[in-house]
Amino acid sequence: MSGVDPKQELRIVGFLCNWCSYGGADTAGVSRFKQPTDLRIIRVPCSGRVDPLFVVKALLNGADGVLVSGCHPRDCHYSDGNFYARRRLEMLKRLLSFLGIDNRRFHYTWISASEGARWQQTVRDFTEAIHRLGPLNIKREA
Amino acid sequence: MRVGVFICHCGNNIAGTVDVKAVADEIRKIPGVAHATTYMYTCSEPGQDEIKQAIKQYNLNRIVVAACSPRMHELTFRRTIEKAGLNKYYFEMANIREHISWVGENKEANTKKAIDVITMAVAKVMQDKPLFSSSFKINKRVLVIGGGVAGMQAALDCGDGGLEVVLVEKSPSVGGMMSRLDKTFPTIDCSICILGPKMVDVAQHDKIKLYAYSEIEDIKGYVGNYQIKIRKKATYVDWTKCTGCGACMEKCPSRNAYDYFNFGVAPTKAINIPFPQAIPKKAKIDPNYCRQFTKGKCGVCAKICPTKAINYEMQDEIVTEEVGAIIVASGYSLLDLERLPEYGGGRYPDVISGIQYERLLNASGPTAGHILRPSDNTEPKTVVFVACAGSRDKSIGVPYCSNFCCMYIAKQAILTKDHIPDSQSYVFYMDIRSPGKGYDEFTRRAQEDYGVKYIRGRVSRIYPKGKKMVVRGADTLLGTQVEVEADLVVLGTAVLSNPDAARLAEKLHISYDTFGFYVESHPKLRPVETNTSGVFLAGACQGPKDIPASVGQGSAAASKVLALFSKDMLESDPAVAKVNINKCVGCLKCVRTCPFQAIKENQLRDGRIVADVIETVCAGCGVCTSTCPCGAIQLQHFTDNQILAEVNALCQG
Repeated sequence: MSGVDPKQELRIVGFLCNWCSYGGADTAGVSRFKQPTDLRIIRVPCSGRVDPLFVVKALLNGADGVLVSGCHPRDCHYSDGNFYARRRLEMLKRLLSFLGIDNRRFHYTWISASEGARWQQTVRDFTEAIHRLGPLNIKREA
Repeated sequence: MRVGVFICHCGNNIAGTVDVKAVADEIRKIPGVAHATTYMYTCSEPGQDEIKQAIKQYNLNRIVVAACSPRMHELTFRRTIEKAGLNKYYFEMANIREHISWVGENKEANTKKAIDVITMAVAKVMQDKPLFSSSFKINKRVLVIGGGVAGMQAALDCGDGGLEVVLVEKSPSVGGMMSRLDKTFPTIDCSICILGPKMVDVAQHDKIKLYAYSEIEDIKGYVGNYQIKIRKKATYVDWTKCTGCGACMEKCPSRNAYDYFNFGVAPTKAINIPFPQAIPKKAKIDPNYCRQFTKGKCGVCAKICPTKAINYEMQDEIVTEEVGAIIVASGYSLLDLERLPEYGGGRYPDVISGIQYERLLNASGPTAGHILRPSDNTEPKTVVFVACAGSRDKSIGVPYCSNFCCMYIAKQAILTKDHIPDSQSYVFYMDIRSPGKGYDEFTRRAQEDYGVKYIRGRVSRIYPKGKKMVVRGADTLLGTQVEVEADLVVLGTAVLSNPDAARLAEKLHISYDTFGFYVESHPKLRPVETNTSGVFLAGACQGPKDIPASVGQGSAAASKVLALFSKDMLESDPAVAKVNINKCVGCLKCVRTCPFQAIKENQLRDGRIVADVIETVCAGCGVCTSTCPCGAIQLQHFTDNQILAEVNALCQG
């Protein structure tokens, strides 16, 4: 996966909470856990800050996949921001197909700052899943 | 708008797998970017000076540094640009090291990714607004959670520094694990003799308020201003009256209570003082074993108590304390013997854990310091120690090293020879880990002076044979199977986090790793800080640690608190939520979703209801911003426009 031709890269956006998942991605980096290069990360304070609209806008504007990752439930830096995130993102997942978007293009997960290996696996799996789906063509999927 | 972009080589860390020159050339083409350059080590002093000079030379008003993680150096560079006269929030970091150069193998793909990520940071920085901190008063009291050696050290250092300390210990006495140890390595110092005076100091210190047999119920607030609810568990003995005479313990007819202090080596009374040096030296009833509670009648202790301190009706009590900082020193636990069935843990009485053996060695332990086998109270002549019992074993879920077992096993083997001169000890080990001062010499002494036989290899099975326990394992140095017939087997059981570590972490809003140990802010450079400002770590709650390391960390945490409290006012993080009252419709959804009760309803002069953020209470999570149906409440520095600017820069680029 890691040796993929950059010209065949797809566009994947990741919204990561600062305290857990962004730290987990850092830990993966420090440990040199190799990953495919398609993903671009946007840092947010909490997964609860992720407005479902961000995900929809990304997908409608040209992203082929969106990944949201926060702290594990009950381990949120802000007590329960990730519970709000989970409720919203679960709703969003069901809504996406009504927008004509395969909801496998959107995934949310929980990764702590110490779980570098888990982050690597998540990026590998999601990137592979998006590559299986191919580029998102809004009109065709609709 | 004039954006300056500084791309770091980080030696070869970034430049090795990202073509930084090509990145700079590409970034220079973005409208609004007035200056883009690369530098060997941007975080170095000349690197930072270059940023300051460029700000003047090119009249830059927004800065992007593309280097390592913002979790590493965001604060560093914010300070740099502040010194050059810019508002420190006119700054973004693009993480091209941890997220790109260290994880991607294809240089071309990495370079493309770096260009994208920096383009996003440039788009965000153009949306950034200047923010200003406000200052607030702090409450210069400190809460220490856990009265083991780390917590006591932290409490004493804070107290000696003039701070008021609230020390909360969940068991009936301070002292922690160290108070259970017989001797300490490598000096064979008597553990309680060096710990006892510290425990007395804690009890007598006029700045330390001790809550023994108490637990943290709830924590509210933020650095500088915490409200702590403490549950004082019912002891059924009025400690203001109890003199610690021990008459109740002597007369108590319930003799089969589990002895938590002695790790169940022998039973204790239902009303007991855990050990002779206990601080506070007060009695406590265990209602699971007390006949008054289990059968509804007895009352012997109430009759015998000379000060009438017994109160069977006692209830838990909740008290509130206000503090400005918290030191967590909640300690560790040990792997249950029953999780090692191949060693017969929990089934055979003569297979015990290291901490239980400590109690057998100890003069104030259940055997009064005579080593006696639990099964028949005879002196063991052959003792086998098994190191890494659970540690470094993925199948148990403990891949890590428990840090101090190698050393205490060497100590216990030496003590065994001292107690029983005609005994022979064997140690099965994987590796001898003795990196401390005087530690390696100590393990050598065990082998050379005390004749302890070290066998390199793991034990596969332990089973009984008559009165003996057969320890079967491999000797990997000789390449043979070995069997030792032992009278007593001591397992160096794995160090685990506390079973309630996660629950406490949730109350403190700090993170814990897969194993339940608390995560420090930086593994090398911020070892006692957490990512929650005002909360510090000490001792084995952060990872397995021996006594000197725990004491060192206790003092370090105390010095961090003293430094924090050396100011009278703290600066608040201005990246908090802000309400646009012209857009707010007063639905107050944000009030209900805020995890910190930081939003209040506010009536304007014209009678209109709007939301109002209490700046010092807001923690900056942004849950309200995603909740607001009309975009009226925006988390500063992470507004909808700012995040969407990044999304659009990437997706439409």
